[in-house]
Amino acid sequence: MIDPGSPLLSVEHVTVSFSGYTALDDLSFALAAGAVAVLIGPNGAGKSTLLDTIIGRVRPASGRVMFKGTDLRSVPEYAIVRLGICRKFQTPGVLDALSIEENLRVAVTRRRGAWHALRAKPTAAERERVDEVLEIIGLSERRDALAAELAHGMKQWLEIGMVVASDADLLLLDEPAAGMTHGEAEATARLIRSLAGRHAFIVIDHDMDFVEQLEAPVSVLNMGRMLAHGSVDEIRRNPDVAAVYLGRPREAGVARA
Amino acid sequence: MLALEGVGAAYGMSQVLSDIGLTVAAGEAVALLGRNGVGKTTLLRTIVGLHAANSGRIGFGTDEIARLPAYRRARLGIGYVPQGRGIFPQLTVEENLSVGASALGGRKPSVAADVAPLYDLFPTLARLRARKGGVLSGGEQQQLALARALIGKPRLLLLDEPTEGIQPSIVQEIERVLGAIRNELGVALLLVEQHLDFAWSIASRYYVMQRGTVVRTGTTAHEQPDDIAPLLSV
Repeated sequence: MIDPGSPLLSVEHVTVSFSGYTALDDLSFALAAGAVAVLIGPNGAGKSTLLDTIIGRVRPASGRVMFKGTDLRSVPEYAIVRLGICRKFQTPGVLDALSIEENLRVAVTRRRGAWHALRAKPTAAERERVDEVLEIIGLSERRDALAAELAHGMKQWLEIGMVVASDADLLLLDEPAAGMTHGEAEATARLIRSLAGRHAFIVIDHDMDFVEQLEAPVSVLNMGRMLAHGSVDEIRRNPDVAAVYLGRPREAGVARA
Repeated sequence: MLALEGVGAAYGMSQVLSDIGLTVAAGEAVALLGRNGVGKTTLLRTIVGLHAANSGRIGFGTDEIARLPAYRRARLGIGYVPQGRGIFPQLTVEENLSVGASALGGRKPSVAADVAPLYDLFPTLARLRARKGGVLSGGEQQQLALARALIGKPRLLLLDEPTEGIQPSIVQEIERVLGAIRNELGVALLLVEQHLDFAWSIASRYYVMQRGTVVRTGTTAHEQPDDIAPLLSV
């Protein structure tokens, strides 16, 4: 168990550079177990780089990432996944040729490998977990349908279901509501809220309606730094945040001519 | 001159543009605004033919172009400067421009006839003609990309974030050049831009997109940038 006093994840003074370009600049960020955090910011702010750094795909030049008391600097990418961090990308990564249930079985039995998951008879515990996740993502009725047949929104839910089924403590979601209708985005926000507590989430999104529905604190990144942190209302009232979004850097007075 | 009606586009099963209506008149400058990820770049790519529309009509002049391949649309007079500019770093400024000229249908490029007139409009490029594209500053690269797009003598130029990554002091130079392209050459502009005040100073009309569709349109002369700021900020 994690010490309830220490955060699940803490990003400590992390700097990441790509051939001279500083993508993250002395960035610090912490998340408690079961909490939801939203990351927003203009293009190139460093949001995806932060997620890449947390899962070990990108290594910091300085600073460190701590997860459940482990310093991730010395942990290879695949082992970080096993520690309990799972990332879902923007485009759905479900297996189209498998049914919804089979996709979830692959996710549930991840530690024993995908081939095993499809060939071997699932254990009672695995079957139960698949049923549970199907219920959570609202796709129980369609469990035998091929993933390829799903509409975009449902495919995203299936993929969220797959990261949930992996029982990771921390789920990283990159624009989960992109391309969704209002109704689908709303259902996705509800789904994430209902899973909080059991899993912690970091969600990147641009859609402020969706962000509001997550009912979670928002961190604004700009040029690799934390520009602001607070509730959606506080962020909306923050003049520095507005300046960044309207392309009006306050110190430079760009394009005021 | 450009008229979109009910245009939609998708990536796979995800509908990213729906029911877009938009017009640009000959010689007009129009700004396309909106937050990240609302579909602005996809809309430009759909107009130039790099992404297929799955519904609606795209009229250009008297032609219906929604089903035409990209090179045919370019020859009808639609130029495009993508985000990131796409210049060739190992070629000189003049070679970059010649490549633009050689892409014209059928005829041989002539440096004298095709490239030289552009140096009047872009004195910076005249000075740098023998320099490699890769060593130019962001502002110089943007001017090169604009000049190269103009070689095809477009009637409409689509620009994706021309001020991105450009120093504030150079932004005014880009503004001057875009003004000249519109006023002296009579080329219409459709401009995606994150700098709201810059867009306002260039364009006479604007469209704001949210979630893949147009949610507001108006004229810059009769409205203030702050009127639409809430649609662009968080």
